[in-house]
Amino acid sequence: MTTIGIDKVSRWFGNVVAVNDITMTIGPGVTGLLGPNGAGKSTLINMMAGFLAPSSGAVTLDATPIWRNEQAYRQIGIVPEREAMYDFLTAREFVEANAELHGLPEPGAAAQRALATVEMQYAQDRRIETYSKGMRQRAKMASALVHEPSVLLLDEPFNGMDPRQRLQLMALLRRMGAEGRTVLFSSHILEEVEQLAHHIEVVVAGRHAASGDFRKIRRLMTDRPHRYLVRSSDDRRLASVLIAHASTAGIELDWTEKALRIQAIDFAGFTEFLPRIARDHDIRLYAVSPSDESLESVFSYLVTA
Amino acid sequence: MTTTAAGPRPQAAGPSSGPALFHPTVARLTYRGLLGRRRALLLLALPMLLLIIVVAVRALAGQDDGTTADLLRSFALAAMVPLVGVIAGTGAIGPEIDDGAIVYLLAKPIRRSTIILTKLVVAIAVTAAFCAVPTLIAGLILNGNGQRLAVAFAVAAAVASVAYAAIFLMLGVITRHAVVVGLVYALVWEGVVGNLVPGARTLSVQQWALAVAQKVSENSTVTSDVSLPTSVVLLVVATCAATWFAVRKLSTLKLAGEE
Repeated sequence: MTTIGIDKVSRWFGNVVAVNDITMTIGPGVTGLLGPNGAGKSTLINMMAGFLAPSSGAVTLDATPIWRNEQAYRQIGIVPEREAMYDFLTAREFVEANAELHGLPEPGAAAQRALATVEMQYAQDRRIETYSKGMRQRAKMASALVHEPSVLLLDEPFNGMDPRQRLQLMALLRRMGAEGRTVLFSSHILEEVEQLAHHIEVVVAGRHAASGDFRKIRRLMTDRPHRYLVRSSDDRRLASVLIAHASTAGIELDWTEKALRIQAIDFAGFTEFLPRIARDHDIRLYAVSPSDESLESVFSYLVTA
Repeated sequence: MTTTAAGPRPQAAGPSSGPALFHPTVARLTYRGLLGRRRALLLLALPMLLLIIVVAVRALAGQDDGTTADLLRSFALAAMVPLVGVIAGTGAIGPEIDDGAIVYLLAKPIRRSTIILTKLVVAIAVTAAFCAVPTLIAGLILNGNGQRLAVAFAVAAAVASVAYAAIFLMLGVITRHAVVVGLVYALVWEGVVGNLVPGARTLSVQQWALAVAQKVSENSTVTSDVSLPTSVVLLVVATCAATWFAVRKLSTLKLAGEE
């Protein structure tokens, strides 16, 4: 049972604050670190991996600081986002070298176990430079698992993987979590996190936006006010009908765009109600477009929620 | 992925076991990276050029001690050794830092000083092998080791290899433009300033190595502006200081600056 502690951690690069006063604890099981690109996820993972010193605060592994503590790597396995490995080696040589670097007594056997776990034995004698993206990812996984670490840190592990490889990796991570290992992976894709992690930590613009059970946070995300731009054959009449309905929080008549700007609070209710009411009142809908559906706006909403 | 039951958890050796200053796996990864196809060709180019030139000179001008000393000093020691040193020294660590593969060394229970010292040993061995050996052969071809010129310059090349490997390895850790900085240093400082500006010669690896060559050879034209004791001290100081600084920089190497 190993726990990563992040206590009032900030990290800045020059004048740019990448991580801003974050406190969280990552315990056994699978945790998803969710946030849009550039939110500070990689910076956080790099601090947990001991590759980056926090500008302030402390990052610890079972209460021992990780920065400049190479003994921590006996417990940590890392799958970096960057592609580069020792491409001139075969996967077998690469994973064996990792086992030797960990000082394992039987590096060959340990490498075979790790390669079997990620189903890469069939290609283990091919040079890594000939591998596809998914195969490289699995070779990286094998190198991270070779010393059977109690903590596994993965930075955007599903990037560039095909759906089958994605499912395989998810099954493996789920199993690692069920075994009591502390598994943390970062992602900017909501659905990935939804499928894998019950516990999530959301980071937006360097700040800790939310923490806890995925379903609760997901509800917060879907229940937020949604904005739509609607064009119809009779904007004024449509506005008057919509405002009477409970799912509509506000309507603005945009003269320049010749459209309605609608703020809806009940996502499901509004999307059902709008076409029905248009049909009932013989109003033709020309355009219905969500105006804030980007992931960034979803995350930003969480910060203010 | 399979649900193959994991075997017994491998027991890592304790911190006290294992080599403290040299790690054979780090060495293996370093030399395999260094002697990869393209870089091996680069490393071979200058020694091959030296041998072609000496064969031509020997055939056209015959055996001459003055020519031998001139050629070994101006081409082998002043150009070939620093340039091979740049390729081997920066190449021993720079590409791994650039592409991020160094993560696989750093995320291990190995001291950063062990990583640097191991890479230094490999860089020295490669530089010396690609410089001292061709220099010895060149000297033998030119005048058959007359006045011990071949041995003197081979020893000087080996000595210079140590300092150059350490300096360029350090550059490989501290800058992403290590090859460019190394080339400027090798060509401008060692090649031009070191040859033309009297004061700068005291701080030239080439002059320190020449002092060693002067001691070994029996040829009066092989001279250095720096005395042998000073040279030896400066060689040791430069090598140790560069290595110490490289360890220091690697210990605080920031792999994440992208965000």
